[in-house]
Amino acid sequence: MSSETASAAPRAIVAGHGDFATGLISAVEQISGRGAMLLPVAVKQLGVEDIEALLRKEMIAAGVRVIFTDLQAGSCTMASRKILRGMDDVVLVAGVNLPTLLDFVFADTIPPVVAARHAAERGRASIVAVGGAPK
Amino acid sequence: MTLELFRIDDRLIHGQVVVGWGQPLDLKFIVLVDDAVAASDWEQELYRMGVPPEMDVYFHDVGTAAERLPTYRSDPRAGLLLTGDIATMQRLAETVAPPLDAVNVGGIHSRPGRVQRLRYVFLSIEEAAELRALAARGVKVTAQDLPGARCVPLEDLLNGTDL
Repeated sequence: MSSETASAAPRAIVAGHGDFATGLISAVEQISGRGAMLLPVAVKQLGVEDIEALLRKEMIAAGVRVIFTDLQAGSCTMASRKILRGMDDVVLVAGVNLPTLLDFVFADTIPPVVAARHAAERGRASIVAVGGAPK
Repeated sequence: MTLELFRIDDRLIHGQVVVGWGQPLDLKFIVLVDDAVAASDWEQELYRMGVPPEMDVYFHDVGTAAERLPTYRSDPRAGLLLTGDIATMQRLAETVAPPLDAVNVGGIHSRPGRVQRLRYVFLSIEEAAELRALAARGVKVTAQDLPGARCVPLEDLLNGTDL
């Protein structure tokens, strides 16, 4: 980890199935050196109520208001939506990918919730399919 | 087609249900049986947002689910019935006719008082007894988180032999 990221405070939580969060954050770190801006949350062996409690606890402890999750139908997304219900200043981005997170960590001069919404659009636009066109 | 699976999963509608089972079974509807969710409009909206637009979700308390079960069983589409705990499935099993053939334990996660039986199943003594009671009614109880995983018989589940 670079000296820059070692001192960077978390600006968002990344949560998802299996090792999704740590894997994606390690890729962010490798590419940008800014992986420390993202806090991984793993939810193996937890029920949805416990996932909600864990995410809420991590958000409060780190003082972050942005959650990235992997899958629209995933339990992390469901738990995050429950958190959002009582916290109007929290942003959830479901279906996160690497371009989304890279855009987010480089947008560190604007508020995280604004950066998250911008990053979501960038991530959506970054998906392309090449080749395989019907003949 | 009919109700392909009666599943107990404390995460209710989530990735394994919608994608893991939903795609191979070509599920077109989910019947979510939960008294609390059936009484909460916003929770229903929450779960509706988690499924693809071509998949219907029906929310019922146990009593209403029992009444509607014949309709769901005769539905030409493939469906899945879901409860968040064993007790709810047991109440349903006690009510419906014809009886349930099989119940899938798909995910019951760690909590104080529970002991791990599988990677994805933790049970209290009371919950283990509830599963035995279900089996005593003639219901085939097995554990299986995903279609490609081993279908674990109840005795192996309760003995924790697959841990």
